[in-house]
Amino acid sequence: MTREAKKVLVIGSGPIIIGQAAEFDYAGTQACRSLREEGYEVVLVNSNPATIMTDSDIAERVYIEPISLEFVTEVIRKERPYGLLATLGGQVGLNMAVELSEAGVLEKYNVRLLGTTLAAIKQAEDRELFKEAMKRINQPVPESDIFSDVEEAVAFANRIGYPIIIRPAYTLGGTGGGIAQNEEEMYMIALRGIKLSPIHQILVERSVAGWKEIEYEVMRDSADNCIIVCNMENIDPVGVHTGDSVVVAPSQTLNDIQYQMLRTASIDIIRYLEIEGGCNVQYALDPHSNNYYVIEVNPRVSRSSALASKATGYPIAKVAAKVALGMTLDEITNAVTGETKACFEPSLDYVVTKFPRWPFEKFSMADRTLGTQMKATGEVMAIDRTLEGSLLKAIRSLEIGLDHIALPKLAHESMEQLIERLHKVDDERLYTVAEALRRGISVEKIAYITKIDTFFINKIKNIITVEQRLAAEGENLTEDTLRLAKRYSMPDGVIARYAGVGTDVVTKKREELAIYPTYKYVDTCAAEFEAHTPYYYSAYATEDEVVPQGDKSVIVLGSGPIRIGQGVEFDYCSVHSSWALREAGMKSIIINNNPETVSTDFDTSDSLYFEPLTVEDVMEVIRKENPVGVIAQFGGQTAINLAGPLAQRGVKILGTSVDSIDMAEDRERFDDLLNTLGIPRPVGALVTSHEEALAAAARLGYPLIVRPSYVLGGRAMEIVYNDDELDVYMKEAVVASKDHPVLIDRYMVGMEVEVDAISDGEDVCIPGIMEQIERAGVHSGDSMAVYPAQHVSPEMTEQIVDYTRRIARGLNVKGIVNIQYIIANDTLHVIEVNPRSSRTVPFISKVTGINMIAYATRIALGETLKGMGLPTGLVPPKPYVAVKAPVFSFAKMGLVEIALGPEMKSTGEVMGIGRTYSEALFKAIHGARMRIPEAGHILITVADRDKEEAAQLAKGFTELGYHIMATDGTGQYFKDHGVDCVLVNKIHQGGSTCADLIRQGKVDLMVNTLTYGKRPEREGFRLRRLAVEMGTPCLTSLDTAREVLRVVVGRAKKEVTIDVEALQDYEME
Amino acid sequence: MKGKLVLQDGAVFEGELLGGAPILGEVVFNTGMTGYQEIVTDPSYADQIITLTYPLIGNYGVFRDIVQAPKPYCRGMIVGELCTFPSNWQNEGRFEEFLRAYGVPCLYNVDTRAITRRIRNHGVMKGVICPADTDEARIEALLAQELPTDQVARVTTTWEGHRGADNADFHVAVYDFGVKENILQSLERCGCRLTIYPAATKAETVLAANPDGIFLSNGPGDPKSLDYAVEEVKKLMGKKPIFGICMGHQVLALAYGGDTYKMRFGHRGSNHPVKDLETGRIYITSQNHGYAVSEESLNGADVTITHRSVNDGSVEGMRHNTMPIMSVQYHPEASPGPTDNLYLFEQFKELMRKG
Repeated sequence: MTREAKKVLVIGSGPIIIGQAAEFDYAGTQACRSLREEGYEVVLVNSNPATIMTDSDIAERVYIEPISLEFVTEVIRKERPYGLLATLGGQVGLNMAVELSEAGVLEKYNVRLLGTTLAAIKQAEDRELFKEAMKRINQPVPESDIFSDVEEAVAFANRIGYPIIIRPAYTLGGTGGGIAQNEEEMYMIALRGIKLSPIHQILVERSVAGWKEIEYEVMRDSADNCIIVCNMENIDPVGVHTGDSVVVAPSQTLNDIQYQMLRTASIDIIRYLEIEGGCNVQYALDPHSNNYYVIEVNPRVSRSSALASKATGYPIAKVAAKVALGMTLDEITNAVTGETKACFEPSLDYVVTKFPRWPFEKFSMADRTLGTQMKATGEVMAIDRTLEGSLLKAIRSLEIGLDHIALPKLAHESMEQLIERLHKVDDERLYTVAEALRRGISVEKIAYITKIDTFFINKIKNIITVEQRLAAEGENLTEDTLRLAKRYSMPDGVIARYAGVGTDVVTKKREELAIYPTYKYVDTCAAEFEAHTPYYYSAYATEDEVVPQGDKSVIVLGSGPIRIGQGVEFDYCSVHSSWALREAGMKSIIINNNPETVSTDFDTSDSLYFEPLTVEDVMEVIRKENPVGVIAQFGGQTAINLAGPLAQRGVKILGTSVDSIDMAEDRERFDDLLNTLGIPRPVGALVTSHEEALAAAARLGYPLIVRPSYVLGGRAMEIVYNDDELDVYMKEAVVASKDHPVLIDRYMVGMEVEVDAISDGEDVCIPGIMEQIERAGVHSGDSMAVYPAQHVSPEMTEQIVDYTRRIARGLNVKGIVNIQYIIANDTLHVIEVNPRSSRTVPFISKVTGINMIAYATRIALGETLKGMGLPTGLVPPKPYVAVKAPVFSFAKMGLVEIALGPEMKSTGEVMGIGRTYSEALFKAIHGARMRIPEAGHILITVADRDKEEAAQLAKGFTELGYHIMATDGTGQYFKDHGVDCVLVNKIHQGGSTCADLIRQGKVDLMVNTLTYGKRPEREGFRLRRLAVEMGTPCLTSLDTAREVLRVVVGRAKKEVTIDVEALQDYEME
Repeated sequence: MKGKLVLQDGAVFEGELLGGAPILGEVVFNTGMTGYQEIVTDPSYADQIITLTYPLIGNYGVFRDIVQAPKPYCRGMIVGELCTFPSNWQNEGRFEEFLRAYGVPCLYNVDTRAITRRIRNHGVMKGVICPADTDEARIEALLAQELPTDQVARVTTTWEGHRGADNADFHVAVYDFGVKENILQSLERCGCRLTIYPAATKAETVLAANPDGIFLSNGPGDPKSLDYAVEEVKKLMGKKPIFGICMGHQVLALAYGGDTYKMRFGHRGSNHPVKDLETGRIYITSQNHGYAVSEESLNGADVTITHRSVNDGSVEGMRHNTMPIMSVQYHPEASPGPTDNLYLFEQFKELMRKG
């Protein structure tokens, strides 16, 4: 094959959204490497800069461009790849491939689809084709049919049996659907459903809610060899999305007949569909018979396959990429053993638990009920030799303030309340089960209510039994009980709590008895063959397998589960730190618990410990490895929170000291520092009570930004405009106390600027300055940002550099520091300093070509900026522009506020890069799928303070031929100021309202800003939610709207065209 | 009760003991994640102590439909955890009770991975399961004992048995070296009537019944201790189609004039890839063998190696070049394990059809 013929296009999965997280960075990175191992040249398209896969050394040609037909076509036109690998970029990648094929692009440019064919993909994805296919190979699928007649629907339901799920066609969020238990309910729901459906149709399907949900990960190659990588059992029975279920691997309650029955079915399915690569099959298995249904087939790598890869050590994406090239499984080496082949089925000698991480703490109004719509943003995985151990490790890996399967608030609930809670399927169900067991509710009763298998409930009961033994023994804690508690991986602190003694007592006793964890390999083969990849998990067993990395080892703390405010960016940082350590001749050791990531790929570090990121768990690894030190500045808040406690225990924290970290985070010390340095910040106060808050407000004057101290991602942060709002905030949003004071700052209107800098404590290197497009008050994580800054004067730039240098020196930063500034009234103020990597580090590293993490890691090891040959001060801006835009997952969260504010809400981000600001902006907006219409109707309804600005914008849009609609206040103002618009009714005014227009699809874009006061606020909220549900683009900041207008103007004037360039081309400059 | 495993090389592993005075056995490990009841009742484990590498055992209980022999012949079990609250609709009782009922001692709450690694690195060896306070001399004495070599004689049927429908398509004579129940069922399911003979049955007796084919079963121990059977098989070759599984495969190798050898730690599990050398296809197989056929020893024989282990290249199947004889080292009947290889029974039928 010629070099040209060996070029492969890989499509990534784009920004992180709920349902599509970091797992595709892991899969994509593995795939790119795997392809290059075989001598292929890789062209990559992915709009998400916060990923390892978009590093310029992962693929020969990296296009950080929107994943859309226009842009990917342009990449294909330019690169002329031989083949396209589409099954590694999640649903986005797969849909893109289908779109490219249907648009004739693949044919036109003679691009072959590698691996699974489109026909096979369609057969798995199309409901009807899939049903048909399963019928042909005698695989049962839940009986279903479409009806528009009530009588017929009821007759069908009577025939297939109850319960029945009814889904009206084309209603949003399943409005009007339901589950019918009998004929009477069926009649009612069917009637309502048919009425509510715009096309008067309902889908009637047999419900298998309550059955066991089992998954199989299957691989098949072109020679028709099939293997099962892993099977998994959901603790939550059918009814909860598998992404929202607690899942264990391997299956626990299936006997060999059932295991093999579903295994054989999986192989029959993958063979029939002729999938070449990885595939996930989901089943519902009747707990009372061996009947089963095939629920779903995913003809691609998925979240489950990432989990299966980490759970077994079998790298599915890597193997799938090679299979797509036509290699057979027996030609591919098992990377773990180095001698056996990829054509085998992994055997586990441990239990894996996956626990979802939900964003409900961010969205207090969100519906916490779990169902068929996934709500988790991320997940953790834990491994142990006992199920109890892996479950408890998973819970404390979540970082939701729990160190055990005990939710303190449940202790105050009555028996009735608890039982009522058991009926609710929500994120707290497993804790409710535990509490119910503590109160003596029987396993059988809990199983009856929850449909959770008694096996799992009994496992939780084992934990409760240990709690009770601990409580009974108290100070006379016996060795047996202690050992048992440890076998269940209970932390010393939890043991102490139940025994009613101090943690130190437990720790001391454990040390006296030499009860320490052992570490064992994840080796794909249950120890049958020797493993060469140090991938460890802890277990309180007898034999330890660790080969310490020696006296040049460094531990890098990972960032745990993906959540709003702490996304894949921090995994990017951990990975680069690990690589930099290896390059510097050190041995890198990663501790992390997120199965979706590149950092937990056993190739990324010299040793990987799959462990919770708590003090005890980390200290045990340190005891074993005795590293030179620990790097805590790249793993987000997770890692930085561990720095202090570790340092107290004598661990050396490399880089910026714990004292400096504290100085930046402690309000009073930080204020002192800024005073000394003569750097202004918005005036504020620290309050510990309601009264103090009101007093402070009177002193500072409204508007104010209020937030709890020590936060991540602006959690529970709000802007308040008057005493009433402050009152509500202090009562409902936070509990202020001496230990947890509330910060109150003057809210300044101005432009926010963000800097990520590398410092050795003496000099700083600032790769670039980012300007935020939305004005202060919008969380920086939710704001669009542009590099280089477009509206910052040279003098101001100089001052930013000067302040940055002074702060870095003042804090003696050794590594990375992130500083947020606000320019208000021509004065530069510091808002926040984070002496750690931030979420913009991957973005700025990529656009400037300066690998910040690599340099920061070397500084942590003792090098200096000068020694590394890095320029000091601000690096001259590049001759191109990059814009970062946030991406939200509002449609999945139910009733949450979508208006931007100080609380971060986005789940991911995209980057647009181009020769001009407008071009970069267009790509960012397009890549973020804001779906800005090229013409049509814009509904504008804004707060009084925004009217003047809105009028200018509206004028701009009308000049381009858009039609403006506005509610009375806004509309009257527009008319008075010469803007042509149509007045529409507000919801409370009745008649044909703006809400009806949205519902009828007559609004193509909505601009709506937050107003205050009672009713309008509720109305605005309803409108915004309606827009989300109807899929109408909605802008809640006039700054965003202004930039959207700029792009539209640019497009209209043909100044902005579809043009793509690889990162490597930009880097040449 | 506290208990322990003492290996021949002196290594000690502590745990808890279920039933039984000190017992001696050959310590082996199986990497299957399901099928503990099938494993413990597989006669091929006679005189062995089975370590299960999957740490949670007993989760789905026990039920009578899946036992592979009327009783277990293994000497003991070593498991991570013994589940006392099984859950499965097919469950009829706790695995713990099953072991107790059949007097199979079980060491549990023990680091089975440590034992597995020991055996992997040093090969299978003798070991003693005993109460923790057993005196050293007693253990020493046990470890000094030789393990018997007459396992087949103890597990084979003592009488001629008959199974299957009278009007079945084929009549198969089964040499029972310790046959698993599911092999018999698999043969029956594909339309065979069976006559099951004790291992020491003369060829003449079998031929007198004029079966359509002869099946040589799996069984425990060293194939070389079956010299008597090897001689009879030699007489049967060419007379009738023959299919051998596991021990049957090894007996055939010896009958061809080849040799067998003891493997370091054998193949035991449900995940062993085997390549069909004629089609290039890989099959995931269930395996349980501590001995293997030496490939070089077959150089002079008129046989073709048909299957090979993907992991270590060892012989997993052979076919005679002129006579209708086929054999595999692995277990197409599964129980436990993947059922991908049931087609081999069909191939045997094909051999019989051709005569």
